[in-house]
Amino acid sequence: MKVLILGGTSPIARLLAIKFASIGAHLYIASRDEAEGERIAHDIQIRSGVPVIAGKFDATDFASHAELIERAGKELGGLDGVVLCFGTLGDEDKAQIDANEALATIHQNFTGAVSILTIAAHKLEAQGTGFIVVIGSVAGDRGRKRNYVYGSAKGALHLFVQGLRARLSKTKVHVMTVILGTVDTRMTWGREGTLFTVAPERAADLIFEAWRKKRDVVYVPSFWRPIMAVVRAIPERFFKHASF
Amino acid sequence: MNNASSNGVATPASKRAALSGWGRFPICESDVFRPEKFAELSAVVSANSQKLIARGAGRAYGDAALNAENRVVDLQRLNRMLDFDAETGILHAEAGVTLDEIIRVFLPRGFFPPVVPGTRFVTLGGSLAADIHGKSHHRDSSLATHVLWFDLMLSSGEVRRCSREENGDLFWATVGGMGLTGVILELATRLRRVESAYIKGEVIRVANVDEAMENFERADREYGCSAAWIDCVSSKGSLGRSVLQVGDFATRDGLPANLRTEPLIAKEKSSPAVPFNLPNFALNPLSVRAFNFAIYATHRDQREAVTPYDVFFFPLDSIHNWNRIYGKRGFVQYQCVWPLAESRAGLIETLEAISGSGLPSFLAVLKKFGAQEGMMSFPMPGYTLALDFPVTTGLLAFLDRLDEMVLKRGGRVYLAKDARMRPDTFRAMYPKFEEWRAAKAHADPNNHFSSTLSRRLQMDPA
Repeated sequence: MKVLILGGTSPIARLLAIKFASIGAHLYIASRDEAEGERIAHDIQIRSGVPVIAGKFDATDFASHAELIERAGKELGGLDGVVLCFGTLGDEDKAQIDANEALATIHQNFTGAVSILTIAAHKLEAQGTGFIVVIGSVAGDRGRKRNYVYGSAKGALHLFVQGLRARLSKTKVHVMTVILGTVDTRMTWGREGTLFTVAPERAADLIFEAWRKKRDVVYVPSFWRPIMAVVRAIPERFFKHASF
Repeated sequence: MNNASSNGVATPASKRAALSGWGRFPICESDVFRPEKFAELSAVVSANSQKLIARGAGRAYGDAALNAENRVVDLQRLNRMLDFDAETGILHAEAGVTLDEIIRVFLPRGFFPPVVPGTRFVTLGGSLAADIHGKSHHRDSSLATHVLWFDLMLSSGEVRRCSREENGDLFWATVGGMGLTGVILELATRLRRVESAYIKGEVIRVANVDEAMENFERADREYGCSAAWIDCVSSKGSLGRSVLQVGDFATRDGLPANLRTEPLIAKEKSSPAVPFNLPNFALNPLSVRAFNFAIYATHRDQREAVTPYDVFFFPLDSIHNWNRIYGKRGFVQYQCVWPLAESRAGLIETLEAISGSGLPSFLAVLKKFGAQEGMMSFPMPGYTLALDFPVTTGLLAFLDRLDEMVLKRGGRVYLAKDARMRPDTFRAMYPKFEEWRAAKAHADPNNHFSSTLSRRLQMDPA
């Protein structure tokens, strides 16, 4: 199996990559920070004994995306799956008053994903089999005053992937949306008011397990599904005053 | 909070947290950083801010990786293995890699860390900063012996490669230097080739101190690994009653037939955990006496004992959070060493003091050290005794008394376990301290790297 990991330097991406390596998958780790990508590639290769290639990927450099999919496929000798892990909170406070910062957040989380997924999906659709795993966020389930710029990008991403899944449903390409809760990584470290945080190891285990079961949409951990159902059910006239 | 550092890279967010070492005493508040990328670490180190100390898995017992009202940088997320040469066994890895990870990855391939302490949950960086030793010290010396080089980040953010040949002074000041010269980023160490995951050797029950020492003399000539559980409750004729466990990694052919098919896979048991702090009364002189008796009583002499490596090296790791048995008050580890000529007298004197004190030491381990290099490394040729005591009234005064007894005989106390030694005692115990301090001042002229331990022991330049 040949798998492309997009945004390979986050703890979850790395742990997921190790999971795929443990079942013998050959990996292409694509990340913006190439030096970090190299370290992670070496690490996974030593730990698991499978070949791991590292390469440059910038979600917002749309023009480079077709070439990346091409290159990954060529260097891996095929492409069976794409795991999209990139995304960034950005500077939410700034994004709420600075259009350029807001657009940067949207590009890093949504339009960059649309670009690369469109190209990857086209390739997988043509070969008729494969998988696409996309890491979304509970922040995308409802717009909140604290992180609506990031949240809207993730929410849009969920819709995009949902549509993609519908389109590819007649092929054997499995498209999975992961709606991730708060994980103990740099995104949450030191942030006040983060609740129900889980270790990245646990998140990666749950995502991998869901992928094995070919789930369509999975909340990670699953307790976020009822929590977000409640959050979505709160009438807007109350919700808009909520402090989170 | 995001602060721009001198080199323009935003430092990652910090978290205000109360940290302690494995002994859960003392507990200090710090601003804790946990970089996940190399560039983030760089930004934390070179930020012109409060004092900084690196922290690994938090397995030093006392205050070595604490920095009250200052900054701590947790390196556990920088744990990438960067290169491995199966011909030479040389592993190049980041400081946050733990011995547990190394064992999981490499034991099935026939390699084992060159030196392991009593727990596998320590990081490489922390291990080198404390220059750890293990049951094979008489054969292998300390970890530094097996480290070819390491990269050290100085306060400026500059990275220096240190080995015996290159920046030798900094190499020796960093080994055992408790993280005070800079941040150890990555290192190269030579793993040991093994044929099995089992230790083959002897279990020897001995009745007193003299028998224990005689048996160490003999066993250390025959085996690469040795240590004894010593009963520090018994007195008089049974003073120093112990169970020695000695051995070497078994060869494949040396294993019983049923283990030969998968010699490198030790049968693992699931690990129980201590779910909460036990009440303080759980550990009292009576239960400790019973425990010490049970260890002695449940062991039988064995000539050809075959033990899984984890049971042999890491008996306490099989109980996660075993430090909680001491309850909320925490505990203090005390490990000392006496020069060989003073070891017998020192050991007897100390054991008598303990059994006369009424202070319970749950667990005591005796081991004979071999040769040792270095400026600040703890071991010296002679016997070492490791004890742990729940924090109770009178304990600290009692340990000060033990310090005096150890110092008088030219011995010393291990910094990685210490939480309470006095600065004058420390200085007298580590004769190369001034040499070390000069090297530290040279590498870290602004005294950027400092910890609760270094301030307590007045190691920082005045």
